Amino acid sequence: MITAAFEYYRPASLDEALRLLGGRDDAKILAGGHSLIPMMKLRLAEPAALIDIAAIPDLGRIDFDGKRFRIGALVTHATLAANRDLEKNAPALWDAANHIGDPQVRNRGTIGGSASHGDPSADYPSVLLALGATLSLAGKSGSRDVGADAFFRGMFDTALAPGEILTTVSFDAAPASAYAKYQHPASGYAMVGVAANLRLNGGTVGEARIAVTGVGDSAFRAGNVEKALAGARAGDADAIKKACSNAASGVDARSDSQASGTYRAAMADVYAARAVSAAAARG
Amino acid sequence: MSTIPSMIGSPIRRREDPRLITGRATYVDDVKMVGTVYAAFVRSPYGHAKVRSVDVSAAKERPGVVAAYAAADLIAAGLNVSIPVAADLPGLKKPAHPPLAIDEVRFVGEPVAVVVANTPYAARDAVEAVAVEYDQLEAAIDLEKAAAGPPYVHEDLGTNVAFVMPVKTGDPEAAFAEADVVVKERIVNQRLIPCPMEPRSMLAHWDTGAAHLTLWTSTQIPHLLRTNLALLLGLGEIKVRVIAPEVGGGFGAKLNLYGEEIVVSWLSTQLGRPVKYIETRSENFAAMTHGRDQIQYIEVGAKKDGTITGLRMKIFANLGAYHQLLTPGIPTFTPLMSPGCYKLTGFDCEVTGVFTNTMATDAYRGAGRPEATFMIERAIDLVALELGLDPVDVRRKNFIGSGEFPFTTITGLTYDSGNYAASLDKALELVDYKGLRAKQEELRKQGRYLGIGFSTYVEVCGMGPSAAMPAPGWDSAQVRVEPTGSVTVMTGISPHGQGEETTFAQIVSAELGVPIDSVSVIHGDTDKVQYGVGTFGSRGTAVGGAALKLAIDSIQAKAVKIAAHQWEANPDDVEYKDGKITVKGDPSKSMTTAEVGFTAFRGVGLPPGLEPGLDATRRFEPPNFVYPFGAHVCVVEVDADTGEAKIVRYIAVDDCGRVINPLIVDGQIHGGLAQGIAQALYEEAVYDENGQLVSGTFMDYAMPRAHQLLAFETDRTTTPSPVNPLGVKGVGEAGTIGSTPAVVNAVMDALAPFGVKNIDMPLRPEKLWKAMHANSNGKVNE
Ligand SMILES: Cc1cc2nc3c(=O)[nH]c(=O)nc-3n(C[C@H](O)[C@H](O)[C@H](O)COP(=O)(O)OP(=O)(O)OC[C@H]3O[C@@H](n4cnc5c(N)ncnc54)[C@H](O)[C@@H]3O)c2cc1C
Repeated sequence: MITAAFEYYRPASLDEALRLLGGRDDAKILAGGHSLIPMMKLRLAEPAALIDIAAIPDLGRIDFDGKRFRIGALVTHATLAANRDLEKNAPALWDAANHIGDPQVRNRGTIGGSASHGDPSADYPSVLLALGATLSLAGKSGSRDVGADAFFRGMFDTALAPGEILTTVSFDAAPASAYAKYQHPASGYAMVGVAANLRLNGGTVGEARIAVTGVGDSAFRAGNVEKALAGARAGDADAIKKACSNAASGVDARSDSQASGTYRAAMADVYAARAVSAAAARG
Repeated sequence: MSTIPSMIGSPIRRREDPRLITGRATYVDDVKMVGTVYAAFVRSPYGHAKVRSVDVSAAKERPGVVAAYAAADLIAAGLNVSIPVAADLPGLKKPAHPPLAIDEVRFVGEPVAVVVANTPYAARDAVEAVAVEYDQLEAAIDLEKAAAGPPYVHEDLGTNVAFVMPVKTGDPEAAFAEADVVVKERIVNQRLIPCPMEPRSMLAHWDTGAAHLTLWTSTQIPHLLRTNLALLLGLGEIKVRVIAPEVGGGFGAKLNLYGEEIVVSWLSTQLGRPVKYIETRSENFAAMTHGRDQIQYIEVGAKKDGTITGLRMKIFANLGAYHQLLTPGIPTFTPLMSPGCYKLTGFDCEVTGVFTNTMATDAYRGAGRPEATFMIERAIDLVALELGLDPVDVRRKNFIGSGEFPFTTITGLTYDSGNYAASLDKALELVDYKGLRAKQEELRKQGRYLGIGFSTYVEVCGMGPSAAMPAPGWDSAQVRVEPTGSVTVMTGISPHGQGEETTFAQIVSAELGVPIDSVSVIHGDTDKVQYGVGTFGSRGTAVGGAALKLAIDSIQAKAVKIAAHQWEANPDDVEYKDGKITVKGDPSKSMTTAEVGFTAFRGVGLPPGLEPGLDATRRFEPPNFVYPFGAHVCVVEVDADTGEAKIVRYIAVDDCGRVINPLIVDGQIHGGLAQGIAQALYEEAVYDENGQLVSGTFMDYAMPRAHQLLAFETDRTTTPSPVNPLGVKGVGEAGTIGSTPAVVNAVMDALAPFGVKNIDMPLRPEKLWKAMHANSNGKVNE
């Protein structure tokens, strides 16, 4: 598996990276390389230049002030999977980080790379939707914040404009959250993945944010499930199951040789119920 | 047979592992030569197309490119060859198979041109500069449709049927007349892709001074490859050396001679430079041989009490677009082994080999036997279901009895030894069968679906008697006692993961009393090792090990003569005992092999007329195949919400005759189980109707990872084989052959409450989920 030729840059600052990136339209950011390099080896991508952001300071930081997480784009899946604050305060993301690929992938792959790539089967997008995360994008003329709902636009399509770099992902603590993944038997990505983030009032669900990945062209919020869950008793498995029906309604579910769209859509319900029950149990 | 002390049967850790697991082993790509150039192949993107033109001129202009050739250039330069097929059958159609397609491509991935450049990158880039004009043709993909008529893969043949082989024995008419029930089923044994960790890799070096070719290649058969390569290239056999360095998995797919090996070798002779070619994973998926791919229509006759009377089968075997080395031979194993470990009175089978626009099928771990075992073990369960009997009882009812060996089967094979009931008993005990059935009952009431599946398999291996093989079936060993007492073993087999560097050293250590660290086992180099046939068909120890035993016998016989002479004793009174040479009944007189070896080397004090030196080369011609067997039990739970089948226990009781190293036997079984379970649940090679390989990456081809499997429970019975002096049988393929039906039987048992009888492999969750949620009784529409 042999890539086409490319130039390689390793800027020491965000400004320099933006300058390099802005100067040309045939360059790509390189983070962990675990989505980009396989595509280059298959020659599905042939960028003329790679701008490796590994040396940019601060992109690898995790800050948590007790209320809100700010996670640098270069934080690896392995780092998230080992983070105790995350495990306690936003376990949905912690779940997802623990179930991405294998140790090698987790040691290299980054949250920023995963979000920027916009892979319809990636785990994080659904979690970021459920957490209501904000993604901070740096560009030549400054930085802008985009909500997860607006960021994930379609298959390999995000709100990142040419020349922009994702720097931070931030979200409020979400202790009653969980991510349930049905692993694709070949790729190991999410054949179906559902993230649930609940606000519990005593024993009942106040507000629910439910998002599904692996099924549509992009991760999406399951609005009808969110509505149906409001007021449900957190310990009532049957009620949860009922509320989680038709999680993928209105979505054109994808098919491949492992699973049809019909099956994927049906499994979205099953995994929604599993994620909600797990989230409720943590609340 | 001389007594074998404790080295035999010891769980010695594999001596090859430290270098393998620390990344210090030398694979082909680790062999570096100054001046090497790199080949890359241009391959067909179509399943079937006319090649109107191939223009390599632009590729030649690219920076770093040394040469580029289309088929016409090869032919003009004198390389006009067809990739050989060794297997033969009456009436077999053998279309030409040029290493580069000439005017038609017949499968996706077929080579049409080759470029050579100073770096692998330049070569890969130059591939894109080769202009090929194609006219796409209709492709023959569906096996049964291809058997029935056009489009034809080879238009000039006027058919896709390469051969029809009938096997009719016993009295099938009477057998079916006797039957109370006849169970019919269509059984699909899907195509698999071997996926070894190391893809095909080769480095050819034409030494212009010596006019001599060395080919390092990732192969299971270095000697056979040398002979064929020399013939194809028109070189003297002594002008060709083939080296199989570390081989990163073969599974039968490297028991072959590939067009790439011919072309790369030829390129080196033309360019006078070393030429390396390491295929990509994508190429490996598309263009290394695939395995299995049969559709079997079966009818099983049985009496009410479960006695199986007869078996009728119509088998369609998908050969792919061309023959590779053994392509048409593989499905011919299937009828032979179809009776399994059961007695039948009538057998009527017809195998139809069919060309399609897909990669050639050939040997893949089990090679024709898994297809038989899967069929008969599923058939037994279908009969049990039909008659309302326990599948365990139906098996027992039809077993060949332990007192009936050697047993000649209805298909004419002679099973060497066996005790099928003993392995089944042991498996049942380990799994607590009664308890499990009770638990299954209880869980069903809770809406949970546990299934228990069996496979009592027998397989044929230790390939094999020369008269029954498309190539020689013997193998060789040379044993040399060096002056310091170290022992060098040259084995004609070509281990690539089977661990003979350890087991053969154990045998030498046990027999000659030398420390295992003083034994070196050398293989895989035709300039070092005497001719050998290679490693496949679970023959390494059963044939190569047997040859080693013969060579050791010769060494011992000579050592005894030398020692007797030293002691002025009668050689008849001198023997090897516990690895030492002693005078019977006089333990004070004792010599080590090393001491005798030195005497033999020094050439002083030898009996008159005896040559100096202590070494021997022997060959073992197996009088028969060997027939390992076993009983596997699989316990699954199928998740009613998702249809996922989770294996909760897997018990494998295998009998491979005498065990040299239990750790290695278990390792072989574990790997085999992984591949057998993979076929049952996960893997399937899929071509679309145009011949595109849909499952051409690991994103689509579901080879299981470690966490998708479980901790296997292995045990064994030991029934020595009378076929070879070690009493061993093969164990390389048994796990794969035995396991697939156990898993499928377990899942079908789990789904019995839904009226499900048969679902085609792989048992993807969606299929099971549909079956569990279907309203009709048992018909699964996919
Ligand atoms: C074997 C294997 C298994 C995997 N399994 C899973 C799985 O189970 N689940 C899952 O979700 N993923 C999986 N992945 C993907 C993995 O998580 C990737 O690491 C991740 O998707 C991309 O992150 P990266 O840091 O490697 O990004 P890269 O590959 O470096 O980049 C990906 C893309 O994003 C762009 N990019 C990267 N960072 C930025 C940034 N900060 N700003 C703007 N653009 C940026 C790049 O230009 C590129 O286009 C797997 C990958 C492999 C190889």
